[in-house]
Amino acid sequence: MSAEALKIRMETRDLDFYYGSKKALDKVNIACYENRVTAIIGPSGCGKSTFIRTLNRMNDVIAGARVEGTILLDGRDIRLPDVDVVDLRRRVGMVFQKPNPFPKSIFDNIAYGLRINGMRDKKRLEAVVEGSLRGAALWDEVKDRLDENAFSLSGGQQQRLCIARALAVEPEVILFDEPCSAIDPIATAKIEDLIETLKKRYTVVIVTHNMQQAARVSDFTAFMMLGELVEFGVTEKIFTNPVNKLTEDYITGRFG
Amino acid sequence: MTKKTTGRLKESAIRAFFFACGVLAVIALLGIFATLISTSFPAFKDIKLSEFLLSKNWDPTSPEMEEYGILSMIMSSFIVTLGALLIAVPIGVGVAAYLSDVAHWRVREIVKPVVEILAGIPSVVVGFLGIVLFAPLISKIFNIGHGLTALNGSILLAIMSLPTIISISEDSLTAVPPAYGEASLALGASRWQTLFRVKLPAALSGIIAACMLGMGRAIGETMTVLMATGNARTFPQLPQALLRSVRTMTANIAIELGEVPYYTAHYYALFAIGLVLFVITFVVNLVADVVLHKYQEREL
Ligand SMILES: Nc1ncnc2c1ncn2[C@@H]1O[C@H](COP(=O)(O)OP(=O)(O)O)[C@@H](O)[C@H]1O
Ligand SMILES: [Mg+2]
Repeated sequence: MSAEALKIRMETRDLDFYYGSKKALDKVNIACYENRVTAIIGPSGCGKSTFIRTLNRMNDVIAGARVEGTILLDGRDIRLPDVDVVDLRRRVGMVFQKPNPFPKSIFDNIAYGLRINGMRDKKRLEAVVEGSLRGAALWDEVKDRLDENAFSLSGGQQQRLCIARALAVEPEVILFDEPCSAIDPIATAKIEDLIETLKKRYTVVIVTHNMQQAARVSDFTAFMMLGELVEFGVTEKIFTNPVNKLTEDYITGRFG
Repeated sequence: MTKKTTGRLKESAIRAFFFACGVLAVIALLGIFATLISTSFPAFKDIKLSEFLLSKNWDPTSPEMEEYGILSMIMSSFIVTLGALLIAVPIGVGVAAYLSDVAHWRVREIVKPVVEILAGIPSVVVGFLGIVLFAPLISKIFNIGHGLTALNGSILLAIMSLPTIISISEDSLTAVPPAYGEASLALGASRWQTLFRVKLPAALSGIIAACMLGMGRAIGETMTVLMATGNARTFPQLPQALLRSVRTMTANIAIELGEVPYYTAHYYALFAIGLVLFVITFVVNLVADVVLHKYQEREL
């Protein structure tokens, strides 16, 4: 698998991030390839969430936060003044650490992203809801109870609902921030399978502190420490033959 | 005595104390209710209940024929309260949304306590404001003889219920998990859409409770409406009712109770008005409670 033949979908160049005066990211260069899964690993507090949240500008709302460097989506800087952040977030979807469905019905959760864009047509809404639930491998489990509150689902189902909700607005990139840390192993396996399918259509970026998970689902891995990118490359190589001593220590479990 | 037994003694003493407090509150409530019923019941020896509730004429001191109809007062209370809610709910919820969603935390830190202090302004002072400030304004704007109208009362009651509505709505908006807002923003929703479609619905039970509490305050408020609404004993015809003088149930009781001869039909009838007021407030609270439970069930 040669990286050169692949298309880069998102890319950061010398990305610095500050929470007020505290520097959380330091010259991070990571590329996310189309139809590939890129995993971000590293000890907790090293800036994984901070990094992934800069990709859809979710950090914009934090008071005192500041970004420097370049973040490219299809070669265009997403921080240019003429970039519409609402449009950006539609193209770059996100699934959070803790399942966070709205206190609404299953149907309304998924229709939300369409309705805020003014889609009213019931038939089309139904079609998209079904398509998204199928895409998230949840349709068969919930097709008879779409009117029930999303909180009636199990944690794993809720997380797949959140994935379906993200799929409904037809994103190009999907960001996962430790999507399995709050759910059980069986549900985790389902989501890992799902990520494998999703990469056929999307660019996937996943933060995980579970190294086995990174090894299982990802094609590329970035290892971060203390806000710096230590090593980035093909997952297989990172896990079998890392260049950096720190990477080797981390994946062999010597710290972290 | 060992440490353990003192601890246990202390605990049961505390428990008994709180139990006694609870019982006392219930007894007080039942006592009020019983007094109200027993004092208003004799009124209906002389007055037909249907006349009392459905007649528009209240003239207990007429030399020819005494009349005891309170429909005008019920209607007046209703109009003044409704007007107050129409003013206070949009403003109150708007300010709460601003404080919880838009305002810098330092602004919130200052504004919220100030708003809560407003709740402590004596109603007589608010009534005074109505007489010297809002009434002349209303009379000028609508070009009517004087401004002591239902609208004047509504504005003042709105001012009085705003602190409650703002404070409790803001609390319930702040209590909405940030994860909902994040999920909405991440789907490409604007801040407005997130506020209106996710945060406000999620906080709805608290907001409804806030409005009901505000309404409770408005229905029962006496001094302000007494001072500010003109106290005319006429039936408020709906289209122009807000610009007419009205006399609410509370104001009528306050005006007449001081002069009424004891143990007459008139005297008992005033207590009966109190009972009606009590029942209305009770029903409002009950409905609020039911609505709240429905929403909370749906949220969980
Ligand atoms: N909102 C914030 N304000 C200030 N500092 C923050 C904030 N969020 C995260 N940090 C700090 O930034 C660093 C990186 O955090 P984060 O990106 O959440 O790490 P990770 O996801 O790898 O555990 C941590 O030291 C954390 O304390
Ligand atoms: Mg994190």
